[in-house]
Amino acid sequence: MLADKDRIFTNLYGFQPFGLDAARKRGDWDDTKALMARGQDAVIEDIKASGLRGRGGAGFPTGLKWSFMPKEPVKDRNGNPRPNFLVINADESEPGSCKDREIIRHDPHKLIEGALIAGFAMRARAAYIYIRGEYIFEAKVLQQAIDEAYAAGLIGKNASKSGYDFDVFMHRGAGAYICGEETAMLESLEGKKGQPRLKPPFPAGAGLYGCPTTVNNVESIAVVPTILRRGPAWFAGFGREKNQGTKLFQISGHVEKPCVVEEEMGIPFRDLIEKHCGGIRGGWDNLLAVIPGGSSVPLVPAHEIIDAPMDFDGLSALKSGLGTAAVIVMDKSTDIVRAISRLSYFYKHESCGQCTPCREGTGWMWRVMERLRTGDAEISEIDMLLQVTKQVEGHTICALGDAAAWPIQGLIRHFRPEIERRIEAHSGAMMEAAE
Amino acid sequence: MADAPQIPDEAETRARWGAFAWTPDNAKEAQRHIDKYPAGRQASAVMPLLDLAQRQVGAETDTQGWLPIPVIEYVAAQLDMPKMRVIEVVSFYTMYNMAPVGKFHIQVCGTTPCMLRGSDDVLAACYAKGMKKGATTPDGLFTLTEVECLGACANAPMVQINDDNYEDLTEASMASILDDLAAGRQPVIGSQIGRRTSEQVGGPSTLKDMKKENHDYRGEWA
Repeated sequence: MLADKDRIFTNLYGFQPFGLDAARKRGDWDDTKALMARGQDAVIEDIKASGLRGRGGAGFPTGLKWSFMPKEPVKDRNGNPRPNFLVINADESEPGSCKDREIIRHDPHKLIEGALIAGFAMRARAAYIYIRGEYIFEAKVLQQAIDEAYAAGLIGKNASKSGYDFDVFMHRGAGAYICGEETAMLESLEGKKGQPRLKPPFPAGAGLYGCPTTVNNVESIAVVPTILRRGPAWFAGFGREKNQGTKLFQISGHVEKPCVVEEEMGIPFRDLIEKHCGGIRGGWDNLLAVIPGGSSVPLVPAHEIIDAPMDFDGLSALKSGLGTAAVIVMDKSTDIVRAISRLSYFYKHESCGQCTPCREGTGWMWRVMERLRTGDAEISEIDMLLQVTKQVEGHTICALGDAAAWPIQGLIRHFRPEIERRIEAHSGAMMEAAE
Repeated sequence: MADAPQIPDEAETRARWGAFAWTPDNAKEAQRHIDKYPAGRQASAVMPLLDLAQRQVGAETDTQGWLPIPVIEYVAAQLDMPKMRVIEVVSFYTMYNMAPVGKFHIQVCGTTPCMLRGSDDVLAACYAKGMKKGATTPDGLFTLTEVECLGACANAPMVQINDDNYEDLTEASMASILDDLAAGRQPVIGSQIGRRTSEQVGGPSTLKDMKKENHDYRGEWA
């Protein structure tokens, strides 16, 4: 088990105040100027060497992403330099995910200090933190923390006496899952509907207001100061090759004690549940399936996940993914078809309506899923549904179409007999009624 | 669409809200939001301004507020945006109410992590008080909405009522929260089973030092 001294988010549960004084006593803002004095490229190299992969779901190497930002200001048509921007994705809306909330309400100064250092490394003039609208209390805390940091001279002009000017602004969303997609987030920040943009151009070329922009998840940014203080080798010392570091896991569903906990990447599923969650409700034999990375990844049946390492490669080997490490546990009392059908409803509700396969497909898939739930369907419709998911997957601008398709594909892959049983039971009941 | 909002008659709305203007405090707050964005990019402030406007309407009507067309037009004029662009934003994001809501907006999370831990029971407690999804009770007190994941999954099932979260619910605790609200009492916000936040019930498995003091772990760094 990860030792407490190696946990980055020491105030994860909010037993202590979030404010600047308390945060400083925990080590935040400790000579930030010295970290920045190492130089922009050195910071990027350290983050690359730490092996940090984006914590928002896709797992793209964070240091590499930063290195895509232009080092010299890009000029616009009139020859004026364009600023670089950092946008921090705090639009945490993936069902199962609740980690960024804990960072924001209990350790906001880690995020703000990380924003300064990351923004400095990518030569940005400001960071916009896009927080989901429903996090009302969290937004209040974050704004207070930002105000404290300004008042103490940690951000703003000559931030932390580094000679670098850097602003941090908070922008509240208003309830749209799709704004967690990076280009939809930029559209939303510009005051439009949050509909994803076609890529290319990628945000590092033309992002917010057409300026070079990098979008990073809250956790990816908040771990940066600690990585720099303790050295990339410390962070890279946890987990397996290409899956390094510590990670906030969020365990919900049918465990005895649901929780958010920071652990080493690659911790076996069994250890995670035994050490931190008090076991599966009703014991290990009662485990049915697990959605290991938030609603967008396919479920994994019990026997495959029990000893699997919880990291990017370990879970993709099971045709699923780590995603945001939002672990949704389902025991044998679960109506598994309903559980996935409810996710289909979620995607139908959250589709932005831009691409036809997703706008029409998510509703279509949900309606068929609801009939499969009650068994009011033909056996052949299972394959028809599978085929439709393939027609949605990969045929939309953003990954919401894929995310809507994968849970259904996972269900059919692992629970086809259960779906068939329901259809047969339903048609049997209809026959009896007819006789 | 049966569940589409019942938008009130425009003539009545204009008569009631045609003269909408910021209160002095909100005017300052609106300017603070506009100042966060580069010059010429004031449209970026449309979301915070709509939220502010909805809250002001709420304060004037003793409800959770909504966005009548004249109010939307007022925001559009301030930001120099076409009205239609602002209406698009209002209809795209779920937190903007296009029709009036009650004094308490009961937003029950029904997505799978909450469903697994009993959001059906939470909804049942609401139905038992006479609420219907997508409707306001005749006394104007409660509007019930089943919403999508609110990001408190380790404390499921949960409900957001106005600006506050109530977590780790059961049918009984949800019923008691609703009773308190109806009687004008403030229920305990957050976990209903004594958890501080998202630590394990009964106490955290890690970081126990933090319970006692603001522990600085740097002395233990190798």
